[in-house]
Amino acid sequence: MSDVWVLLEHSDGTTTKVAHQLLTGARAIAAETGGQVVALFIGKGWATAKERIAKFGAAKALVAESDEIGGYVASPQVEITARLIAEKQPWGVLFASVPTGKEVATRVAARNGLGVLADAVNVTVQDGKPVCEYSAFGGSTLVKKTLKQGPYLICVKPNSFVAEESPAEVAEETVDASISEDSKRVVLKERVEKEAGGRPAVESAAIIISGGRGLGEPANFSVIEGLADQLGAAVGASRAAVDAGWYPHSNQVGQTGKTVSPQLYIAVGISGAIQHRAGMQTSKTIVAINKDAEAPIFQMVDFGVVGDLFDVVPKLTEEISKRKGGA
Amino acid sequence: MPLNIAVCVKRVPDTAAEKKLDESDKTLDRESVESILNPVDEMAVEEALKLKEANEGEVTIISMGPEAAQAQAIRKALSMGADKAVHLKDDILHGSDAQAVAYALSQVVKKGEYDLVLCGAESTDARTSLVPPALAENLNLPNLNFVKNVEVSDSSVTAHRETDKGHDIVECQRPAVIGVVWGANEPRYPSFKGIMAAKNKPVETLTADDAEIDSSKVGFAGAKSEVLEFGARPAERKKIIVDNSNGDAHVKLADFLQEQKFI
Repeated sequence: MSDVWVLLEHSDGTTTKVAHQLLTGARAIAAETGGQVVALFIGKGWATAKERIAKFGAAKALVAESDEIGGYVASPQVEITARLIAEKQPWGVLFASVPTGKEVATRVAARNGLGVLADAVNVTVQDGKPVCEYSAFGGSTLVKKTLKQGPYLICVKPNSFVAEESPAEVAEETVDASISEDSKRVVLKERVEKEAGGRPAVESAAIIISGGRGLGEPANFSVIEGLADQLGAAVGASRAAVDAGWYPHSNQVGQTGKTVSPQLYIAVGISGAIQHRAGMQTSKTIVAINKDAEAPIFQMVDFGVVGDLFDVVPKLTEEISKRKGGA
Repeated sequence: MPLNIAVCVKRVPDTAAEKKLDESDKTLDRESVESILNPVDEMAVEEALKLKEANEGEVTIISMGPEAAQAQAIRKALSMGADKAVHLKDDILHGSDAQAVAYALSQVVKKGEYDLVLCGAESTDARTSLVPPALAENLNLPNLNFVKNVEVSDSSVTAHRETDKGHDIVECQRPAVIGVVWGANEPRYPSFKGIMAAKNKPVETLTADDAEIDSSKVGFAGAKSEVLEFGARPAERKKIIVDNSNGDAHVKLADFLQEQKFI
């Protein structure tokens, strides 16, 4: 078979941005495999989901609608997806490379004896097979991988594809949504929403926004925190800021603090002394905002803004918020 | 209620080290880089030790890989306070992908009677997070993955599972496979006493045959994925500098961040 499936990530039918990105990416893949884009819906709220995904070009949907599924973690999706793959043999299935998507994909793979690739940042097709690009060893290395045999199970990282609308009529097929007792073993007891200020730890964050002496006083770290929360980032601090007592040592980046290598590091009001650079120079992308055009930090940036941080950062935070509002 | 806990650990290249691909078989040349115990596995070990301290029991480290894996990963875990270790070591395992690793580990786990099998939910090298759920699937056990705050009661285990909006409180019966998330705890530093004691703790070495591993399912033969290309990602900086004298630098920076897929 040549169809490209997308396991829809959704909450009671409200499909996520990454679901729309995957549908968009699946269109390009299906154009190569000669198949259709098929959305796989498991859970409740299909009516809502259908309306949302019709914009993103799914030709068909397999609908396993059930109220019961939401009370259990991952296993119902595993069982239903594995069953459908065995029955219909698609070219492959795209999953969101987020904890639940990866868990479902890898368990489906183990159950059906298939291969799986996680964390792909791009997927193309060559000789009918997927070519998945991903970064390894903390981002220092680019790897291209394929799977030896289909159906191909591929987890794609959020934002790897840009969601583009392409309205289509969704042909819908209702499929068996029943699950076995084994799929009811992990019970969802309670859903807890993030408490305010629950930022990722500096050591592991994909994005870090750090503040330095340029902030002038401790209260001004709120400017950094606002931007960090917009990007889901951790807040770091230079030694100067920590020594002045503006921010805790646990957040210090540098030779006497944490050595970090995030995907994105934004240094705000930090001149870039060697002691600081030692802690962050392996970051994949480095951005600096500083009013001193001669600051050494600008020698190592991908993008530098020479300007007043109190002007640039709040406006940037607002701009990002605005852009994130879209689909 | 003593708990018999297994913790699966691996070694990873030190994140600060240069990585090299073995050109002959496109696997990481692990001899060429400094290795450390996967930091997330350290958190799994810490979580296991805390469970042991609260409930009594025993912590067994399980690791698979060449000799150096023992020296680095197993010793570190034992010096933190684990009681013993099982080291699966066999040349036929070289080239195993995540699915094959999960299968091989499951064969070792089956040889024990564990109440809980803990793993780091990811490793700092491959970061695929595939092993814990695949391990659970191979063992036909429930899986709590990407969790912290692991607690046990009579026959069940509960934990906080990370979600993008916060966390879910999830529960299942034991035995279960638990994937411990990054940041679950602050792993303890091995004490001098712990380091000395680790030297005398039992480490059992198993071959693939000992673990009754089907050789067609592991190594290069069993790998379902294949590396096509592998190369260093150039760390050249773009050095785009904009001046905010027009007051629109934030728009240009937002454009840049969007291009780089950070927004």
